[in-house]
Amino acid sequence: MRDVAIIGVGQTKVGEHWDISLRHLALEALQAAMTDAGVARADALYVGNMLSGALDGQEHLGALVADFAGLRGIEAFKVEAACGSGAAALRMGYVAVAGELADIVVVVGVEKMTDKLGPEATSALAMAADGDYEAAQGASFVALNALLMQRYMYEYGYSHQDFAPFAVNAHKNGVNNPYAMFRFPVTTERFAKAKMICTPVNLLDSSPICDGAAAVVLAPADVAHALSAAPVRVAASAVGTDALAVHDRRDPMVLDGAVVSTRRAYEQAGVGPQDIDLFELHDAFSIMAALSLEAAGFADKGQGLRVALDGEIGLEGRIPVTTMGGLKARGHPVGATGMYQVVEVVQQLRGLAGANQVQDARIGMAQNIGGSGATVVTHILERME
Amino acid sequence: MSIPRNWRLQQQRYRLIGEICEKCGARIFPPRDVCPECEAPAKTPLAFSGRGEVYSYSTVYHPPQGFEEFAPYTVALVQLEEGPMVTAQLTDVDADRVRIGMPVEMVTRKVQTGGEEGAIVYGYKFRPTRFEHHSRQPD
Repeated sequence: MRDVAIIGVGQTKVGEHWDISLRHLALEALQAAMTDAGVARADALYVGNMLSGALDGQEHLGALVADFAGLRGIEAFKVEAACGSGAAALRMGYVAVAGELADIVVVVGVEKMTDKLGPEATSALAMAADGDYEAAQGASFVALNALLMQRYMYEYGYSHQDFAPFAVNAHKNGVNNPYAMFRFPVTTERFAKAKMICTPVNLLDSSPICDGAAAVVLAPADVAHALSAAPVRVAASAVGTDALAVHDRRDPMVLDGAVVSTRRAYEQAGVGPQDIDLFELHDAFSIMAALSLEAAGFADKGQGLRVALDGEIGLEGRIPVTTMGGLKARGHPVGATGMYQVVEVVQQLRGLAGANQVQDARIGMAQNIGGSGATVVTHILERME
Repeated sequence: MSIPRNWRLQQQRYRLIGEICEKCGARIFPPRDVCPECEAPAKTPLAFSGRGEVYSYSTVYHPPQGFEEFAPYTVALVQLEEGPMVTAQLTDVDADRVRIGMPVEMVTRKVQTGGEEGAIVYGYKFRPTRFEHHSRQPD
């Protein structure tokens, strides 16, 4: 076993890229990362993606992207864990380098969701849920999160308007991220009037359907300084799972998968919540942000929303989240999201976050969630001095 | 939903047949063959009563494909009186009258229309019980 570092990152803008195909998006991010890392070859490639089959009629992305990128012949395959695919692919890359089976590994998360219309994308997303017992009952993915939000409000006495700080904070940070899909601020008044999708979830509680790709290059930490001016160490890489269906959870108000994943990650990195300088959490829906804060130990049960209401999630707060816009404003091209989160933590640790810079960022955490909490992949990254 | 898959799920959809774990007594729905509590094999069928209460609910205004005919509809997490929770649509009730804690009972209704092979899918939905108070059956 050996330490692993990230020596290069790359990303595309998140948006509706009708003019760019899946393989071209992946190539753009991959080439940007390899250029940043100063490498022309790789030993292995892992591609995180969820919906290429359902929406593009294309599977077998490992071989496709390797071939298209001029990396024909290397080890390559697609990694899938619903919306957790991006970080899951990074997990496989990490395992390969840590396990001394590969030296230079490229990981790319890519997703195209906007070639088809809304209802088709919505139906495809429902594949992250239990097909026989959730999706088949008419519970769309939004509806499952709405069920969680409704119960959360009931158990802890919050109003829907109390969730506004997540959208406001995310959009505020998205303004300064040139790769973000949405670069306009959102007010609490606008949140109150947003269109209802599935009660109580409205449009501003929900992340957008979009296209994008993001990539990193991994290398052994002991040679990272020779390869990169600003390498970042992967201090922890940990996965936890939970019951797939919300109705099978021990307590639907606790993301057990996230509790397990974060606990393992903190142990590996030798840190606790108080040491985390920024948290790229999985704000696919505002309720997920609140539950993620609790599962990671930043708030007691039922108090995750209180952290946001008390203004602690801003760039200068106790625990900055969605520092480059998050899933809400930067966007959520589902299989790529996990990689965007990691790329953004790297930018912060390198001091390259511009107006969104978290001061003295040394340790950042990225957490990618598949489905309504069934797969949780947590990475903790540390600046290498 | 494909016809074979629909057919395989009949017992669950029409009759709420789940399982009981012979080792630890856990009631399991939907059936899964490995007890989620003690991990022993669990294959003994158990017919659930269909009585339960609403744990949470949401009214869906933007349905996925196949459910457009029913929109807007209310979907709920229903805690069955035997313990397990299910996801199902509510029926025979106005959306604004649904409350967490509301007692409900299972009925069989049309759940999906069309689909790639045109099969109409029937299954369980839940409606408010006729009587506001009901007593739990002893085990």
